[in-house]
Amino acid sequence: MADIGHTIESARKGIAVGDFSAREIFDEYQKKIEEKKDLNAYLSTFKFAEHGAYPAREGDLAGVPCAIKDNMLIEGEIATAGSKILENYVSAYDATAIKKLKKAGVSFLGKTNMDEFAMGSSTENSAFGTVKNPLDVSRVPGGSSGGSAAAVAADLCVFALGSDTGGSIRQPAAFCGVVGLKPTYGRVSRHGLIAMASSLDQIGPITKTVADAALVMNAIAGHDIFDSTTVSRDMPDFAINLEKDIKGLRVGVPKEFFGGGLDKEVSAKVLTSIELLREAGATIHEISLPHTEYALAVYYIIMPSEVSANLARFDGIRYGHSSQKGEALLDTYLASRAEGFGAEPKRRIMLGTYALSSGYYDAYYLKAQKVRALIKKDFDEAFRSVDVIVGPTAPTVAFKAGEKSEDPLAMYLSDIYTVPVNLAGLPAISIPCGMGSESNLPVGFQIIGKLFDEGTVLQAAANLERALV
Amino acid sequence: MLSDKEVQHIATLARIKLTSQEEEKFKKELSSILDYIETLKRVDTEQVAPLYQTTGLVNVLRPDESRPSFIMDEKLNELLIGQVPDTKGHFVKVKPVLRK
Repeated sequence: MADIGHTIESARKGIAVGDFSAREIFDEYQKKIEEKKDLNAYLSTFKFAEHGAYPAREGDLAGVPCAIKDNMLIEGEIATAGSKILENYVSAYDATAIKKLKKAGVSFLGKTNMDEFAMGSSTENSAFGTVKNPLDVSRVPGGSSGGSAAAVAADLCVFALGSDTGGSIRQPAAFCGVVGLKPTYGRVSRHGLIAMASSLDQIGPITKTVADAALVMNAIAGHDIFDSTTVSRDMPDFAINLEKDIKGLRVGVPKEFFGGGLDKEVSAKVLTSIELLREAGATIHEISLPHTEYALAVYYIIMPSEVSANLARFDGIRYGHSSQKGEALLDTYLASRAEGFGAEPKRRIMLGTYALSSGYYDAYYLKAQKVRALIKKDFDEAFRSVDVIVGPTAPTVAFKAGEKSEDPLAMYLSDIYTVPVNLAGLPAISIPCGMGSESNLPVGFQIIGKLFDEGTVLQAAANLERALV
Repeated sequence: MLSDKEVQHIATLARIKLTSQEEEKFKKELSSILDYIETLKRVDTEQVAPLYQTTGLVNVLRPDESRPSFIMDEKLNELLIGQVPDTKGHFVKVKPVLRK
């Protein structure tokens, strides 16, 4: 692989042996961010250690410079969520994941660009300009965590946090040729993450290596009294299985993930990687997830419904953009939201409002939650005979900027292999598995695990990563 | 296809003022997304219970204890309403509910 800059391990080692100080590596990254400003990966950058005392400079991630998607709160810093409506919003508290990273001793370089309220698959929906894919600036970095993925790929940070509602960590990781992990729903606290769809959202790491993803998980995962959907169970050491081989690991390959719409060059690389898993000792089993074809339709009812409820809080009264037009309270709502939201949030709020409106609830929302149950059941049944499920992360490599921005449905199809995983609440990783033979752009390989079994997902990913070198 | 009236009704419920161009655009886009969603009708869900969440957690409560960080003082007041666009003293100011 090309020079990827620092990993967590190399940054920590460099600081430990005195090759550079935490301050020096931070300044070096800020310089690079300034040089690569054209990528538009960052929305804001910070001064060194301006987040206070850094109580644990000796923590597990001590001095490691990282980037944070701009929908997570860092106390005292602006959090825009990529939207005009929050352009000047100052975070009143630390998100739990941020608090945990501070405890681990990281340095925050800045906040990364994203699709508005994490709604998009290309980062073209940001109110603050599009992000360029560092591997080919005419192409999108994926989305919605496109700024985070581009920052990691261009070595503008050691690692980044993203959030994933329907693929927003894994798809940009695939497009930018880096590693992205969506943890099990309930593994990482969502407290302080600006909510998009609460039953699907999950924070996770975007990193250069599988080992780094495990190290970030060790820092950010765990039960939180401020997020009642986090599960209180023993926290494993996510890095413990990385060196173990995968002899006898049962790998399921869903036939539905290799149907129409999948690019040949993506399919070829994914099949080669499956062969590598076989050579490493895994057994390969064809499986079926029969309701896969309905996942996107289910997602485009449940997600907008939750969006319409979550984004009701932006009312022009308590914080964020407020329109002075009109003379009555209703005018404040109507105009503030009209001026503050971009097209995609408007589209999704409208869709969700319709699906939840009187007379349509049973036909849309209830129906979708029932099909969601069937999608989850498909996975449950498959996981009785396999340990992990693998396939492509996205049907194509990174597409050209502007190619899909006028066609919402075409854009949505970009998440066809990632969305079912969110609906079922499962953990999944995307790791780069080589360059497409025609495009010479990275292809993402997805490994899906059982609930709370990130350990096996990371183990399989680490083995594949070694086999690909 | 959604009608103009339906789009306007949804926009009012959603509290978003749309321009006439937006109404036209969303009418088309929302209709095509809703058409796509129609595929769900093919799935038999007669005997299926809806799945609203995946963790199985029910009625999670936290102890009802006072936390120092939530004791009201000037600082907390500033954190809570310091970014309100329109205030009067410690109060949030809004426009009249009824039109004149």
